[in-house]
Amino acid sequence: MCATPLLEVRNLAIDFGRGENATHAVKGISFTIADGETVAVVGESGSGKSVTALSLTRLLPTPPARYVGGEILFNGRNTLTLSGDELRPMRGKQIAYIFQEPGTSLNPVFTIEFQIAEAIRLHRPEVKDVRGEVVRALDLVGIRDPEKRLGDYPHQLSGGMQQRVMIAMALACHPKLLVADEPTTALDVTIQKQIMDLLRELKGRLGMSIMLITHNFGIVADIADRVVVMFRGHIVEEGKTADVLRNPQHPYTRALIDCVPRLGQKQRRLKAIDHAEIEALLKP
Amino acid sequence: MTSNLFRQILQRPTGVLCAALLAVLYLIAIFAAVISPYAPSDQNLAKTYHPPTGLVWHDGRLCVRVYKLVDPTEALYRAEPDRLAPVHFWAKSAPYKLWGFIPMEHRLFGVDSAERIYLLGSDSTGRDVFSRLLYGSQVSLSIGLIGIFITTVIGVTVGGLSGYFGGPLDNVTMRLTELLMAVPDLYLIIALRAALSAYFDSGQIFLLIVGILSFIGWSGTARVIRGLTLSLRNRPFIHAAEALGQTPFVILWKHLFPNLLGYLIVTSTLSIPGYILGEAALSFLGIGIQEPSTSWGLMLSQAQDMKVFMLNFWWLLTPGLAIFVTVILFNALGDVLRDIVDPKLKTQV
Amino acid sequence: MKTYIFKRLLTMIPMLLGVTFLVFLLMSLSPGDFLTPIKAQRDISAEYIRQLEAEFGLNRPWYVQYFLWLKNLLHLDFGYSWTYKIPVVQLLAQRAPCTLLLSITSLIFSWAVAIPLGVLAAVYKGSIFDKISAFLAYTTLSVPGFFLALVAVYFAARTGWFPTGGLTSIDHDYLSFPERILDYAHHLFLPTLILGIGGIAGLMRIMRTSTLDVIHADYVMTARAKGLGERAILFRHVLRNAINPLVTTLGFAFSGLLSGALLVENVMNYPGLGQLVYQAFLRKDQFVVLGAVVLGSVMLIVGNLLADLLLAWTDPRIRYDK
Repeated sequence: MCATPLLEVRNLAIDFGRGENATHAVKGISFTIADGETVAVVGESGSGKSVTALSLTRLLPTPPARYVGGEILFNGRNTLTLSGDELRPMRGKQIAYIFQEPGTSLNPVFTIEFQIAEAIRLHRPEVKDVRGEVVRALDLVGIRDPEKRLGDYPHQLSGGMQQRVMIAMALACHPKLLVADEPTTALDVTIQKQIMDLLRELKGRLGMSIMLITHNFGIVADIADRVVVMFRGHIVEEGKTADVLRNPQHPYTRALIDCVPRLGQKQRRLKAIDHAEIEALLKP
Repeated sequence: MTSNLFRQILQRPTGVLCAALLAVLYLIAIFAAVISPYAPSDQNLAKTYHPPTGLVWHDGRLCVRVYKLVDPTEALYRAEPDRLAPVHFWAKSAPYKLWGFIPMEHRLFGVDSAERIYLLGSDSTGRDVFSRLLYGSQVSLSIGLIGIFITTVIGVTVGGLSGYFGGPLDNVTMRLTELLMAVPDLYLIIALRAALSAYFDSGQIFLLIVGILSFIGWSGTARVIRGLTLSLRNRPFIHAAEALGQTPFVILWKHLFPNLLGYLIVTSTLSIPGYILGEAALSFLGIGIQEPSTSWGLMLSQAQDMKVFMLNFWWLLTPGLAIFVTVILFNALGDVLRDIVDPKLKTQV
Repeated sequence: MKTYIFKRLLTMIPMLLGVTFLVFLLMSLSPGDFLTPIKAQRDISAEYIRQLEAEFGLNRPWYVQYFLWLKNLLHLDFGYSWTYKIPVVQLLAQRAPCTLLLSITSLIFSWAVAIPLGVLAAVYKGSIFDKISAFLAYTTLSVPGFFLALVAVYFAARTGWFPTGGLTSIDHDYLSFPERILDYAHHLFLPTLILGIGGIAGLMRIMRTSTLDVIHADYVMTARAKGLGERAILFRHVLRNAINPLVTTLGFAFSGLLSGALLVENVMNYPGLGQLVYQAFLRKDQFVVLGAVVLGSVMLIVGNLLADLLLAWTDPRIRYDK
């Protein structure tokens, strides 16, 4: 175990809104991500996993979001107390993001070269040959003939290609931590596989840490070292991927794992998750 | 739908305010003949460019000051210190007809016929600006409603039919609308006005103006209605109606029209100012409402006279203020309606 | 793209035929012609009038006249102005650039004011600034343009700071080049202001809504996650997207500008196409009205085409050639 983890989240609590109508999206969670480690945060929509991911560099719009407690230590610095000017060099350079919808996450009026180059110019001003660097980034994510793609606009690419561009943009500045917020949810199944394979390969090659947000246990097994399961703003289970998959402790984890269809088990019906039952278990 | 809409307007302060003020304006227009002290063409060549008469409270009754013309070339009037004319309420006047058929002999207020009451002064022939303003409101306030009614009827019929049937009919009507849109509006209006004026005498000019403005206006409505019809055309409820064997007209009227009603109410309210401003512009150019009739635009064209400007007869600009208030009320009401009917319309309309 | 432009220019032809036919039909509907006042004069011989009628083709049915007029149009012969005693082409060539100049300056003026105001109103949504600008937008939207023009003329006459009409000063020809430019600017200032103000409110509201739409887009989050500063996000990523709906309105704007220019030109005595067509209408100078309407329509159609091309340029998702 590492002495100081790359990322340490302590008692993080996030509300939306104020007073009586406030929603407690994240209710005091703690977890760590070590150097080079891949951690999957799993949970259904509304469990607070995306909110947690965006909060790492304070990307949530405030208001309505409010950071009500805890700290987020990245390399020992608490991002929740940094000023905007201190935070900005961190975004993209230390912690980079890829999002769920590559189609809307890329700016439609700029070429992909411009959008990747923008990040490089911002964080790596020492780079002379920006174009060459963009080509290298595109090449890295498996885009063929990257030189020919430079002038393309996002709408001219397929969903899978768009997501590769997003990954290239995120990796162009060699971040320490890549936050992938449901990177395959909006894609076809075959493309999902390709993107996950790419992420796994890049992880091995570049040695960065990955925080993978997903609701699908199916894609966790392949890539994640550890799993964090979230339910309604709480972390209900945490552990090594193999352990959690083999022997889930929490009924919600079990229910999520049961949601993944498997070949060769024709008779089993997929189970719907009984929230009331799990909610009852959460109460001390 | 409509009663519901009305209730919703009443829940919003802006809506109530606009609706109430517009109601007041329309009441004034309807009873303009009774409220105004003089007929719009009532001249007094001895009192041209008269300033607004001062009102004073004297001996327990309301009186107006009496003025003396000091310098005719400068149109300089001076109030005579001790001469006052009492204001009579429900004063006897020259006989006139309310709404063209009710014989009347009284007006809401007036002064003895030897003197004059000019609340907003008089114009180049000594006519009462206040009375003309009230009479003029009849033109400006009705032209929007009539115009929007005609355009909506034509636009919905043409747009609905061509959207519903498509094919050659659609082709022809859409080319026609493009043609109308290819000519700058005012240029087309001038051409139409040139062509048709010989077939209308000066009393019918109002009809001609409404006709021209509607002729220009229907194309926009028709195109939007066609687009909406096209998108509704393939909804299941239309297919269901067709499967039941209903005629296109019944489908258009009973199934499509109610779906477009909300949109129509909003756009109509927001287009009314266009008609008011259109009439005002035409009359201002001297090709709209003709003397001795009156309209706000026509009154403003008199203010163009340099003499008026230099003598600072700013009250001749009051019709401009009247247009402004009416238009702003319709715009604000339209916005309220838009919020009620469909908040998303904001980006489209 | 070239084929697209070519196609669009081709569709102009039936459109212009339609416009000219419509206008010609309308002109022929109106009784009397530009010779009517001359016919009323006793000292002009019937012989001379017949000669004039033959010369202008007035003795033929209107559809024959129309084809004669069209035929001449092919050689850019728009006919002869009876009141100005010069060919219509010369008149149009004098007046159209003035209107074009005025339209363009007011377009630039209204965009230059509306875009920053709209963006600021969106960024500071709900603030005092947003409310004040919304109120001002309402106000300018509701003031008739010619009324403003009237007030402007009054202002110019009272203060003497601006000329009350015209395009140039009397001594314009004796001025040096920079002085001439200044002279133009001096004369254009008020008409531009008045014509431009009418457009600001609408443009500003569109800009505000579209900025509000864009400001929460996913790609803005991407830009922020990249580490870009708020200013770069706003002026690069938000503005370039939010401006597209505004470019779409350019096509409509031309129609409004030409009509608005007609009023402003007449009130402010600015020697443009609008003033020409209006005065020609009053004098029944048929060929001038026709020529001006045709030219106005051409300006409008070409303006629409330019707006569409501009949109294709600012929004890469739009492509006309397939």
